[in-house]
Amino acid sequence: MTGVARVTLARNLAIAAAAGVGLWVLTSTVSAYANVQIATMAYYFVAVAGLTVLTGQNGQVSLGHGALMAVGAYATAKIGEAVTWPLAAVLAAAALLTAIAGLLVGAAAARLRGPYLAGATLALAVGLPALATRFSDFLGASNGLTVAPPIPPASLGATFPLERWQAWIACAGALIAYVLLANLMRSGYGRAFRAVRDDEIAAQLAGYHVARTQVVAFVVSAACAGLAGGLLAVVTSVAAPGAFTLTLSVALLTGVILGGLGSLAGAVWGAAALVLLPSWSDDLSGALSLSSNVQANLALAFYGLVLIAVILVAPHGLQGALGKAIGRMWDQRRRGRAPRKEEEE
Amino acid sequence: MQRFVDLTLNGIANGAIYAAAALSLVLIWRATRILNFAQAGMLMFTTFIAWTVIDHGVSYWLGFLVALASGLAMGALVERTIVRRVEGAPPLNAIIVTLGILVLLQALAGMLWGSTPRSFPPAFSIRGYEIGGHAVLFSRFDLFTVLVVAAVMAGLVALFSWTSLGLRMRASAFEPEVARLLGVRVGDMFTVGWALASLVGSLAGVLVAPSVFVSPNSFDAILVFGFTAAVIGGLDSPSGAIVGGGLLGLALSYVSGYAGSETVTLGALAILVATLMVRPAGLFAGPRERRV
Repeated sequence: MTGVARVTLARNLAIAAAAGVGLWVLTSTVSAYANVQIATMAYYFVAVAGLTVLTGQNGQVSLGHGALMAVGAYATAKIGEAVTWPLAAVLAAAALLTAIAGLLVGAAAARLRGPYLAGATLALAVGLPALATRFSDFLGASNGLTVAPPIPPASLGATFPLERWQAWIACAGALIAYVLLANLMRSGYGRAFRAVRDDEIAAQLAGYHVARTQVVAFVVSAACAGLAGGLLAVVTSVAAPGAFTLTLSVALLTGVILGGLGSLAGAVWGAAALVLLPSWSDDLSGALSLSSNVQANLALAFYGLVLIAVILVAPHGLQGALGKAIGRMWDQRRRGRAPRKEEEE
Repeated sequence: MQRFVDLTLNGIANGAIYAAAALSLVLIWRATRILNFAQAGMLMFTTFIAWTVIDHGVSYWLGFLVALASGLAMGALVERTIVRRVEGAPPLNAIIVTLGILVLLQALAGMLWGSTPRSFPPAFSIRGYEIGGHAVLFSRFDLFTVLVVAAVMAGLVALFSWTSLGLRMRASAFEPEVARLLGVRVGDMFTVGWALASLVGSLAGVLVAPSVFVSPNSFDAILVFGFTAAVIGGLDSPSGAIVGGGLLGLALSYVSGYAGSETVTLGALAILVATLMVRPAGLFAGPRERRV
């Protein structure tokens, strides 16, 4: 390991450790409901971060990550039922299985340019949940499979709340995913992802294997979706097809866009928004006494508006827009009152 | 054997609908190089409008016409207000924006009409013709479907081949800069293209509605089938879309008949991936270069 790599690893570990301490304090003080919300944010973060690597860093769009989360969730349910491994091993196996599924999709994806890939993954998102009905004996039809809730270790005390333990599991998963992805983005693979995103032909001339790079990005991101799906199954205690609709895939993409297409810090905001928005829109429609039809669709309408507005107004996402605004302020202060020439992007 | 004949007939009728959906994607792709994911939402919305008209006791045919007219208007509106601003931008932007329109329309439809699936009446009887004492899987409504799609195709061919508007539209899609220099209002042509495409999409919506019921999400699969059919035909050629729709209709009818109807969408995915792996530019493409 070179010196630079060691510094990067140490820095990412330090960030994760600091975040871990913060989450430990937070989860120990807030209510059970808030702990469920934190757990939900944590698994959304894993999925959004994985999609961020694929879309933001590598320039591939997937509308099928909701379906890949389904693979992870069902794998967790099935493996957990069949063997008595520790939960971490079950989740790792589920992520691995989803990565293999991702390899199949990704191998096809490497030959598919932008819109083709989006269309193919759309077919995956629309078609995969129906398998639960086709193989209803094995996958439990529309009721899905139940997952036994994790039992907090006895050393934490008999009254340790289940929700806090679930939040810890989900946050641990999120932190591990963060460290791995942050390192990956700083490694040669990360540079290859971005090179291929920016200019495939230039990347090829520079010696990168374009197709292989795209497959690697897809597999990494699928593994994240699998882990996220597994965590979802652990937190909600169920893996059912109704949770993995096209809407979930769109929500994940909205999270990526909100987070600014390509930064892991942005993925945190994106994941938080995906949890808070539906809850806020429920509160809002409650306060305005809107009809249940409106209430049920308010968050979805907001996702749609975000996808349209961010691309039209701020193509770099909120994180990017914020960064640019701060940069501009900084610029102006540095240059004093000198007239500034408008620069083209 | 009887079952095979039935599935084949059923496949032809479905194929006509997939062809219309494919055509609505191809018309837009040809003109603006945008894959319109919003199409599923647009045709869902116009079908809901038609359902409202019919549900109020007005005649089926008025509902049918209202669907087509609102499709025409919605296509032009969406292009003018939103899509215009991502034309020529990186493909990722157009994908995300059209996806956003899809989700927004689905949310609006959910707010207006709720998520309970509504039954949509067919124009004619859906009972199969009696041939030799057996009711085959082909009804008067299926015949109507095939004829309407054929008529629309003929109309489009006539428009593109023999009218000045068609010529200007082809010029704008083929070489926008040169067309502009020759005095063609390229922007307007794109708007007309979107309006026409959306009209064809709304036709597909009304034709498929009796079999899928009408709800905000019930047309997602039609988007997948339309895209697959369009890719089989090369995504670039309207006649390819028709042939692709027919082939896909037959293939999926057999998949549904022999492997279970839940596997149809995944069957479409398999066909899509296989097509893209073997002949990425569609079944009918000649050799072509990719510009650096």
